[in-house]
Amino acid sequence: MLKEHGLIDLENVAYTYSGGELLSEMTLSIASGAFYFLTGPSGSGKTTFLKMCYGALVPTTGTITIFGQDPRKMTRDDIALTRRRIGVVHQDCQFLDHLNVVDNIALPLAAAGQDTLADGANLKELLNWVGLGHRADALPPELSGGERQRAALARAVIMSPDIILADEPTGNVDWEMSQRLLQLLVELNRMGKTVVIASHDLSLIRAAKTEVQARVLRIYNKRVQLAGANL
Amino acid sequence: MTTPNDDSGFPISHDTSRDRVVPPTGFTAGLTTFTSAAMAFLVVFALALALAANRLSDRWSAALAGGATLRISAPAEQMGSQLAQAIKVLKTTPGIAEARVITPDEQQALLEPWFGPDLPVDALPIPRLIDIREDSRGYDAQGLRLRLAAEVPGAVLDDHSRWQGPLVKAAQRVWALGLFAIVLMAATSAAMITLATRAAMAANAQVVAVLRLIGARDSYIAAAFVRRFTLRALFGAAIGTGVGALAVYLLPSKNDQAMILSGLGFQQLQWLWLLTLPPIIAVVAFFATRQATRRELRRLR
Repeated sequence: MLKEHGLIDLENVAYTYSGGELLSEMTLSIASGAFYFLTGPSGSGKTTFLKMCYGALVPTTGTITIFGQDPRKMTRDDIALTRRRIGVVHQDCQFLDHLNVVDNIALPLAAAGQDTLADGANLKELLNWVGLGHRADALPPELSGGERQRAALARAVIMSPDIILADEPTGNVDWEMSQRLLQLLVELNRMGKTVVIASHDLSLIRAAKTEVQARVLRIYNKRVQLAGANL
Repeated sequence: MTTPNDDSGFPISHDTSRDRVVPPTGFTAGLTTFTSAAMAFLVVFALALALAANRLSDRWSAALAGGATLRISAPAEQMGSQLAQAIKVLKTTPGIAEARVITPDEQQALLEPWFGPDLPVDALPIPRLIDIREDSRGYDAQGLRLRLAAEVPGAVLDDHSRWQGPLVKAAQRVWALGLFAIVLMAATSAAMITLATRAAMAANAQVVAVLRLIGARDSYIAAAFVRRFTLRALFGAAIGTGVGALAVYLLPSKNDQAMILSGLGFQQLQWLWLLTLPPIIAVVAFFATRQATRRELRRLR
């Protein structure tokens, strides 16, 4: 019988950092169309886990496959092409500060040689979707924390990725804004996108569970486990 | 999944979108432009020196080859007869095409730069000179000296060989040194631009990180930096070449009294050499930047 593969599969993965083991014996499959929360205390390895999921880090031992490919065997170009299928949102979302919001959001299209797809209507629609229609010409340093997160989300989804990895996307915003961001991610999941949100904010996770059927993974004692219902 | 298409390719393309991803300002921008301008300025002078030395070498070779001078020192009453005898000997010497007595006026003109126009040449015991031109066969200098010693006692034959060779050799070495200096300057430019590129990539680590994160290939990222730095180098080199050319043009001409500097410069079509400098420096910058960016990118995942 053929084993069913997810978008990203980890098998007995460990990651050692500065001599110490940060993650250990992680076996997990990120299923297509699912909504995941990854939780755990600060420093538990959530960001490291996400970085392995988009090929920025490779496991010390074990195997990870991203869309069926082992990043160790991928060329740099392969990794770049794979990242076009993965939208990443970081807590400290990075932008090119000399480009305005709309150019930053369209950057993945430009990098993929698809500038022509970035027509005004599509971009405007995307900007309005994240509530930044009025901030298109602003430079990133002029944006508030919430606006930056929404701009980062718009940039992450402009290539219509299969999976969105969000690392503490609500870390720098107030409760209202975090709910808004969560709504956007839930909408993306309803469109069929796989969403993985790393967060230590349990109240956000509880709130999300009323909106979406989310699976909650917890990194505990270097290992990942499915969290119970008592979050 | 979005399919990649033309996101790679030749780094200096008309695609300006990738150029915009690198911030347009920063100290590395000024450093590259300044370095290229300075190097182009110096190359102009090195080229002018090399070409002048080459011309000098050719001129000396042409002027001195096939010629000799016979100097006759004799009491005034014997000068006429010894001149006549020397001419007779020279005209009967195989290999000599022409022998001509330098007139007092011509001698005065030769001495004028040192002694002024009022030198009484006729009243001074100055040796008389005979200009000798040899034909294609050449003459036997040793045999001629023996004949002259016997028939014209006051004659001394100078076939220029004592100082022609070292002078031409010196000029050729200056030409070679000029070319070597140009190569050194090109290498220095490449090194400086490489350093500037690496500094720029370090200063723009966030730009590179963002581009990698969104799925930009190395070729796209490299092209952005290569294009920016190549254009800066081209711009700087154009300025440096222009200023250098103007400086060379304004050097004293041969008619001026600055003898050392006269002749340093370009003649006629040689000025066109300068048009090649900015593109050459841009090509050097292109390869230096491409090498540096690729090496830096390989360090990132």
